[in-house]
Amino acid sequence: MEKQFIFLATLLVTLLAFGYTTRRYVGFFKITRGGFPVKQIGRRIGVMLEVAIGQTKIFRRPILGLLHALVFWGFLVILIGSLEMVIDGLTGQERVLSFLGAVYNIIMASGDIFALVIALAIIVFLARRIFLNVKRFSGIEMKHISHLDANVALTIILVLMLSLLGMNTYYVLATQQAGHGLEGVYPVSQLLASRIDAGAHTSELLYQVNWWIHILLVFIFANYLPYSKHFHVFMSVPNVFLSRLEPLGKLDTMESITKEVKIMMDPDQAFASPPEGEAAEEETPERFGVLDVEDVTWKNYLDSLACTECGRCTSVCPANITGKKLSPRKIVMDVRARMKEKGPGLVKNGAEYSDEKSLIRDYISEEELWACTLCNACAQECPININQPALIVGMRRYLVMEESAAPSELNSIFSNIENNGAPWQFSQEDRMLWAEDIVVNDKSQ
Amino acid sequence: METKQRKVEVPVLADLLAKGEKPEYLLWVGSAGAFDDRYKHVSRSFVKVLDFIGTSYAVLGTEESSSGDVARRAGNEMLYQMQALMNIEIFESYEVKKILTCDPHAYNTFKNEYSDLGGRYEVIHHTQFLRDRISDGSLNIPGDALEGSTITFHDPCYLGRANKEYKAPRQVLDALAATKKEMGRNMSFALCCGAGGGQMFKEAEKGEKEVFIERTEEALGTGADIIATACPYCMVMMTDGIKYKNKEDSVKAYDIAELVAQALEL
Repeated sequence: MEKQFIFLATLLVTLLAFGYTTRRYVGFFKITRGGFPVKQIGRRIGVMLEVAIGQTKIFRRPILGLLHALVFWGFLVILIGSLEMVIDGLTGQERVLSFLGAVYNIIMASGDIFALVIALAIIVFLARRIFLNVKRFSGIEMKHISHLDANVALTIILVLMLSLLGMNTYYVLATQQAGHGLEGVYPVSQLLASRIDAGAHTSELLYQVNWWIHILLVFIFANYLPYSKHFHVFMSVPNVFLSRLEPLGKLDTMESITKEVKIMMDPDQAFASPPEGEAAEEETPERFGVLDVEDVTWKNYLDSLACTECGRCTSVCPANITGKKLSPRKIVMDVRARMKEKGPGLVKNGAEYSDEKSLIRDYISEEELWACTLCNACAQECPININQPALIVGMRRYLVMEESAAPSELNSIFSNIENNGAPWQFSQEDRMLWAEDIVVNDKSQ
Repeated sequence: METKQRKVEVPVLADLLAKGEKPEYLLWVGSAGAFDDRYKHVSRSFVKVLDFIGTSYAVLGTEESSSGDVARRAGNEMLYQMQALMNIEIFESYEVKKILTCDPHAYNTFKNEYSDLGGRYEVIHHTQFLRDRISDGSLNIPGDALEGSTITFHDPCYLGRANKEYKAPRQVLDALAATKKEMGRNMSFALCCGAGGGQMFKEAEKGEKEVFIERTEEALGTGADIIATACPYCMVMMTDGIKYKNKEDSVKAYDIAELVAQALEL
């Protein structure tokens, strides 16, 4: 009974802390702008199965991709074991899911093997981060705290796996020594148990110790994640489910602009009576484009929370490769950091709140924004379908349409297009000059 | 044997309409195709091929304007929508159903973006058109065409990643006898030429290197003597890259339409 009470208390603390975090994030999401409506659920499930569960995009780098995929698939299996532990902890039972029989054996056996595989993969990941100078893990946006965060999260996962193996091993030993039947199959732990010599009392004690370490770490991890780059453990699958389903080449059309353009092109329409239901719509006009974090869509913000700072986007960015300041990873990280800074004030004081700073300039310089070639290599590469170009274009839209702050060469192509329908200063009347005097060798006979 | 030469007239939509004719395709030439000295040659080569096949097509001529793509990607959504709505109106007045273009940027914006403003068309990139004519037998390329050359293909971002069309240009090149060599970064991994998103028209931001040089070096690294591409921006960048590396005598940048015209000896 004591164990159940302590467990219930820790679970409640965990849920309370998690509830606080969730409320905070829900508040932040409410500040953001509407993005696309979530439709085509069937297609979304397909994308989720392929990209998230199937890990197809992470396999674009096959070796590390496989290691990551194993960790991910292992997590899914081990998650079932963690749920069982929660039920066990609350009910005071042991291995409550064992009624599943053969299925239980398969789940436990694969979880046991995965625990070892994940532990080994995490050691490789940690070694890569600590001992190898991987270019992808450096960059102006990668501060000391980013590296620390990564290493802390990896270490927690490593200890989670070791405690799981420890728990299973001493469970095997304890049940054997007590003469009970073993529930589940544990290939790795049974092998370990056969090589360990421990008294019955010690086995039971170490089983309990590892059980508690494991479940408490799960609780701590769950509450650490939302404040870590490893939030992607929670957010990446939803982020992929909520992927933008349009082709990479398509930019979103700004409907607020369409209204203005139509009025410009056909002034009569401006004075025509508005369709029913729209008459009452007399709100302050939305700012064009993205200046600050309240201008991003819920999807842009979700992207920023799901980003794990892996840097695959930046490593394929032509601007970054050639030494420009732009780093798509930084753009995404800046959105998250800026929300963390300004979000609470916006939640508290409403949309008019200002802290005299903004995402553009205080976080992201114009130099970064204008270095982008819109090639979509970053979006193509992102293992969880983050759309970095959408943010960059959103900020360019603000600079151009609210501040007329484009580089002067771009301002001249704008006026050329307006005046003569081409980015160059050629007259529209000369558009057929290329077609004069074309001569071919006659092959018709 | 002396080959006879013949003049090719490029049909203009308004003229055809006056005669009561309606072509199957609108050929969208694009601003670069009409004004850029290098890319004008691509437009000329492509209409030679269209003429050779006997395709029913016409251009808008002086009624053509910017698609708005570059304005949009440079952040000027207002100008983009003005151009788009204007073009949609023109397309509507001519009842345009199929648009053919050599420019992947126009291709992308017509295919994916104009629909939001009410313009829906079947849009065909010239590499797709050529691929289809080769496979339906209406375009027969001599078996020994460009034998002895080595071609590497540079994927335009707006044909490749943006629209997942990696095969069509390669299938056209496969009809040529030349050797084909892929760059390390190809298809969805391809590196941009550096001209997209408005970069074509402005100085690059400060850095260690220009993107077009990085990409040209990769192309030259394959040992190819022809860098093939299928986009006006890529053409400018690859041509400049070859010049920068002083390889103008040994390496040439060609659009796929030009290679087909060469193969047909037009």
